[in-house]
Amino acid sequence: MMMMCQGATRLMSLKQDRRLTFQERLSLRLHLSMCGACRQCDRQFTLLHRAGERFEADLGDGTDDHESSATGPDRRE
Amino acid sequence: MADETFPEADLRVAESPTRMERLAAVRPRLLSFARLHLRDNALAEDAVQEAMMAAIEKDASFAGRSGYETWVFGILKYKILDVMRYQKRQGRLQPLEDESDDDAIDRQFQENGRWQEHARPASWGEPDRVFESERFWQVFDACMIALPDNTARVFSLRELMGLSTEEICRELEIRENNCWVILHRARLRLRACLEQGWLKEVTP
Repeated sequence: MMMMCQGATRLMSLKQDRRLTFQERLSLRLHLSMCGACRQCDRQFTLLHRAGERFEADLGDGTDDHESSATGPDRRE
Repeated sequence: MADETFPEADLRVAESPTRMERLAAVRPRLLSFARLHLRDNALAEDAVQEAMMAAIEKDASFAGRSGYETWVFGILKYKILDVMRYQKRQGRLQPLEDESDDDAIDRQFQENGRWQEHARPASWGEPDRVFESERFWQVFDACMIALPDNTARVFSLRELMGLSTEEICRELEIRENNCWVILHRARLRLRACLEQGWLKEVTP
């Protein structure tokens, strides 16, 4: 059965947190190829993800070397 | 907690007034970050206070590999996690299962799983432009504060502290699956809130 927008947003969120399975990637890509609203939502989730990064980077003083600070390997892409 | 007196550290700080000034300058941002996580002014003040004291105490161990502010910020993250662990031991964190209402999802989707007309996501423009907008950050803060406590906690651990969902599970003792569900809800709520509060004002 075709995945609906609600299910697609679940995968969009999930992909910010873990690697999607092949099956998940495929059905998300298929849905996004047909749904403009979901493409926007996907961008928004990614932007929210980057916003957190940004929030932290803003505290730094421009030396862009703020990674690897406290929290271990699985930080961000 | 750490000792209350740091005679040596005081001397060092006296020699490097600029760092002390930088510490004072970054305080408001540390505080707003701590507030987003702890959602309690007094607790946030305490955590920031402790982080700043630790920064003064450990001044010599600042290696200069990252920015000084980022280093202080790293200390604050540990303090915030300490406070959260303490709250958890005290049983003062509500169990995470409470917020199983799917409001955020219900309001945005029709029964058949398609977007509600009023909730259809619109373009926010170029991310770099978005991040330059002071208004965006104000609304972002307001929307974070409007999130239910537990949802906000999980979201900020993930996106502001950069913990993996696996680490969050360990901290909060929840199943990873539960964590993903909470994050999905948080992102849907935040995107709707941001779009309402911010986009409508920049493009009237």
